[in-house]
Parts: sequence; structure tokens; C-alpha cells
Amino acid sequence: MKLLNYTTRYFAIILFVLLSAWAVLFYFEMLDEIYDSMDDGLENQKMLVIRRTKEDNSILEKNEFGDGYYTIRKIEPENIYNIKDNYRDTLMYMHNEEDFEPVRLLESVFQQNGEYYKLKVITSMVEEDDLIEDLLYSLLWLYLGLIISIIILNNIVLKKVWNPFYKLITELKNFNIEKDENIKVQDTSIEEFNLLNKQIQVLLQKSRDSFTGQKQFIENASHELQTPLAISINKLELYIENNNLSESELVQIAPVLNNLERLTRFNKSLLLLSKIENRQFLSEQKLSINSIIQDLVEDFSDFASHKEIELTIDVNGTIDFKMNKDLAIILFTNLIKNAIVHGKSEHLINIEIDKQEVKISNFSNSGALKKEKLFTRFYKISNKNSNGLGLAISKAIADEYDLELEYYFDVKHIFKVEFPKA
Amino acid sequence: MKILIIEDEQEMLKNMQNSLEKEEFVVETAADYREAASKIGVYEYDCILLDISLPDGDGLQILKDLKTKGISDSVIIVSAKDSLDDKIKGLDLGADDYLPKPFHMAELHARINAVLRRNKFEGANTMEIGNVSINIDKHLVNVNKTEISLNRKEYDILMYLATNKGRLVNKSALAEHVWGDYIDQSDNFEFIYSQIKNLRKKLNEHNAEIEIKAIYGIGYKLVNS
Repeated sequence: MKLLNYTTRYFAIILFVLLSAWAVLFYFEMLDEIYDSMDDGLENQKMLVIRRTKEDNSILEKNEFGDGYYTIRKIEPENIYNIKDNYRDTLMYMHNEEDFEPVRLLESVFQQNGEYYKLKVITSMVEEDDLIEDLLYSLLWLYLGLIISIIILNNIVLKKVWNPFYKLITELKNFNIEKDENIKVQDTSIEEFNLLNKQIQVLLQKSRDSFTGQKQFIENASHELQTPLAISINKLELYIENNNLSESELVQIAPVLNNLERLTRFNKSLLLLSKIENRQFLSEQKLSINSIIQDLVEDFSDFASHKEIELTIDVNGTIDFKMNKDLAIILFTNLIKNAIVHGKSEHLINIEIDKQEVKISNFSNSGALKKEKLFTRFYKISNKNSNGLGLAISKAIADEYDLELEYYFDVKHIFKVEFPKA
Repeated sequence: MKILIIEDEQEMLKNMQNSLEKEEFVVETAADYREAASKIGVYEYDCILLDISLPDGDGLQILKDLKTKGISDSVIIVSAKDSLDDKIKGLDLGADDYLPKPFHMAELHARINAVLRRNKFEGANTMEIGNVSINIDKHLVNVNKTEISLNRKEYDILMYLATNKGRLVNKSALAEHVWGDYIDQSDNFEFIYSQIKNLRKKLNEHNAEIEIKAIYGIGYKLVNS
């Protein structure tokens, strides 16, 4: 959930509780005030009526409300059990509403000419249900109004406030440690974001430094290994040549030589990877990928037939692409060679060239390979004394030229190289 | 044939010297820039092997010296740096070839032979061993004057073994030469094996007077049969 929505949700809940509580309190407060002022009014009317009875005795006979707002009835003194003024709510038929509506009633007793009279004064009262309804609606509107304001505020103000943050995230998403580019951060007046930006830049710089350092180390180490390896191998070669050795002696020496060779190849592959990553293959030319593949297929045909595999090419399109020739050859050599080495004998290896992609597919005895590990360094598909760098090299080349190198399994193992649209 | 090796790594120098002397080259050595410069000033060489990272100066300076003095010795740059930059600079300055370390002696011989052939014999374009003749320009192989058809890789293998005739050629040297430097070559031995098999068959069919001998676990040797 986005931070914006997260805070909005909490605001909504808090406001709901707050407004509800406030509404209840407000309602009772208001009602209390209304009663208070109504009762004051009634008392005032009572006094007015009593004053009038002194001038006009006839109203002492007014037993019905009729068109007035009071009644007076004579009562016997022994019936007076409560002389105090008494306010209460009651219902009365209202002609305009054609219904019984609540009214406020004041009952009082007064003495006139030695007689006791009971006076009832009414006034129409607030309809509580209507009041509650009105209040509820007003509150609802208020609530909605507040929520909408908060959402708008969040979306406009907060979005603007958080803008540097999202910018930073996008930059980080596109950050590639292998490319020597700094991320761009937006200047902001918000201290926290400035701090974040600064710390992230420091962190990235550190990572990049250590990455370059490591790359440099691998390259230097490989370089330093070259000469001693060359010397050892050459010495052994000369030794074997100069001393007509018997087979049993060769059996002893051959593994030493072969392992030194293996080490050399491994070292060379590492250097090649470094060189690709350091962009040391500068010369580029427009290449016909079709003819490169044709040549490779021709070169590999002997080996394929040796393994009883048939190599076929389906050409449905032509691909011309600008890249370093050596690297193009290495890329496809590795893929085609892998297909033959791991391919099943008496089966077909098919190379399909379309407008924008090359697919190399082979059958094998094994099922799908682990996609996510396939192109990482030192991943070995089988024990065949490969150094596990071949596909990593192909991947590095593909990455260098924005080619998509993909693997998938669909009855056959398929490696697909997709060229970017021109 | 006189060869000057300019190399500061003593063991490397000795290896090259031993190997080349076996081929009956006259070999002289220089371990640093000063020694090399003085030798170049006095003597003439057919081929100079030049390590461009010398302790007391840039090896490329030697190339410049040669150029300004108008000396046309063949130069093969030998370098542990294997950087494209050096290669381009070196070739621009008039070097004939560039050989990155580490290399096999067989590869060194092949390169020296190619350079000498080109510069000294004005491109003698055939190589004869027994009744086999290899036309280097046209990539043709004749046995007893009849042409045998070899594919590109078979031709490369034969040519490489022929250049190193009588010497043991390490199978990885062969694989690297034929299949290029950069590939994960561990599986290439199988390729080489299948191609050698085909090559032998073709040579036998035509009664060629050469034989490709396998040396246990190590490589091959081309000999007169």
C-alpha cells in the first residue's frame, strides 16, 4: 500500500471516530440548549397569561387550547399535590402536519381571587428525529468533504513533497553498477530527503569503487599469472621434445601439462570477460550474422558428424548488425558448440535465423536447465571439463550490445539471441 | 637466419632461445631497452621478437627507432598485456605481428615462419614435404600433383603441423590456432581429434609421404613417413 493511501486510511478512521463522538456530544449540548430556551419562553408566557387573567377574568374559563397556546382549569385545593412548575414533553395533534407532534408543556398552578387554577402552556418543539436526521446528513457531508480534502491534499501536496523520493527510486531502479554512471538526484528543500540522497550517493560510490577494485584485481591477477604459466608450459614442452620419452614417462607428464593448459585457458577466459566488461573490444563493423553462422556451421560440421548429429539452418530472414567481429564469432561459437557437446547423437540441431532473432535448439538427455543460473560464472551443466565460463562470456557479449540472450526448454533446449530493432 | 629476442623475463627468454636454436636459427638476446637499442644499431636481424613492456623503457620506442633509422627487420611483438591498444599502436608503427602471452612455442614458430616467408622470400608460396605440397596463397594441398580437398579447418591443422614439422605440437596449441583464442576450448580436443582423423584418412588415401603421429596425451607431430 502506498504511503499516501496508508495515511489517508488512518485519517479516515480517526476522523470517523472523532466526528461521531463529537456529533453525539454536540447533539445533546444543542438539545439541552434548545430545551433551556424553550422552557424560558414557556415560563415567560406563563407569567404573561397570569397577568392577563387579572385584567380579563373570562380567560379563566379557557379550557381548550383551540387557537391559543394555553388552557386554564379551576382545581380544588385538595388536589394540589405539587405546586411546583412542571415541564414535560407530550404529543399533540398538529393540523399542518396532520399528525401528532411533540410539544413542550408547562404545568403550573396559580391562585386568583382565592381560587386555584391549573395553567398549561405549550409551545411546539424540535422534532428530535428530524434534528438527528439533519445532523447526520450534515455530518456525513462534512466527513466526506474532509476525506476528499485530505485525499486531494495528499495527492497534490504530498506527491509534490515525495517527488524527490520517487525520483530517487526510479534512478536506483535503473542503476547498473557495471556502467560508470552517477545517479541523478533532485535537489529538495526537505532535509530528510537531502540526507537520503547524500547517503545513497555515498553508498553507491563505495559499491562502485569496490566493484571496480575487484574487477581490476581479477584483471591484474590474470595478467600476472600469464607469464609464469607460459614459462612452465614452454619448459615442459621443451623437456618432452628434447628427451625422447617413453610412453610411461609421458603418462606421468601429460596430466601436468594438460592441467597447466587448463589453468591457462581458464585465465584467458577470465581476462576475456574482463575485457568485454571493460569495453576493450572497440572496433565495430556491420556484420552479416547469417554468414558468420553459415561459416561456423561449416566449421563445426565435422565435429557434429563425428558425434552423429546433423546441423541444419533455416533461414527466414537476414540479420545485419554492427558489432565487434571477434565477439560475434565467440558468441555464436559458444552457443553452437554447446549445442553439439550436449546434444543427443542421432538427433538434429537446428539453427533458425529470423528477421531479428537466432534460435539454436538441440535435443539432449537432460531436462530443462536452471535458467537463472545458466549464464552465471562457473555454472557447469555437466562435469565435461568445461570451465563454466562459456555461457557467461556469451551473456556478457550479448549484454554489451543490448542483445537478449535467453534460454528456454520446450521438448528441446533452445537458446535464443534477439537483436534490437534497428 | 638471425633472430633477436628482446625480453626481460629471463626464463621466458631462455625458453624462446632454446626452442628457436633447435630450428637452427641464430639467436641473440637483449634483456632491456638499452641493450636492445645498441644491438639493433650494430647488427641486422631477420626477425625481432619484442616484448613491449621493458624495465627501462617502452618497447614501442624500439619500433620507432627502427622506423627512423630505416631498418626493415621483421618485428613480432610479444606482450603480456594483450591489449588492443598496444596491438594497434604496434602494428601502426610497423610491427608485422602481435603475439599475446602466454603462447605455445609451436605458435611462435608458425608466426616467425609466416613473417619470414612474407618478408624474406617475397612470399614463397608453396611448402613441400615429401610428395605433399601446400600452396599457401591458394590454400591448396597437392599429393603427387593431385589435389586433395580439405575443408578450412583441416587445411589449418595441416598447415600448422607442417610449419612445425618434426616438432611436438601440443593439442591445445593446435586447438587455439585452429579455433581461435577466445573460446572455452576444453571441448575443442574432441573437435581436433575428429578433424585429425579425417585428415589422416585423406592423406592415406592419396599415399602421402607424411604422417601425423599422436603423442600420448600431449599432442601431435608431423613426420616424413
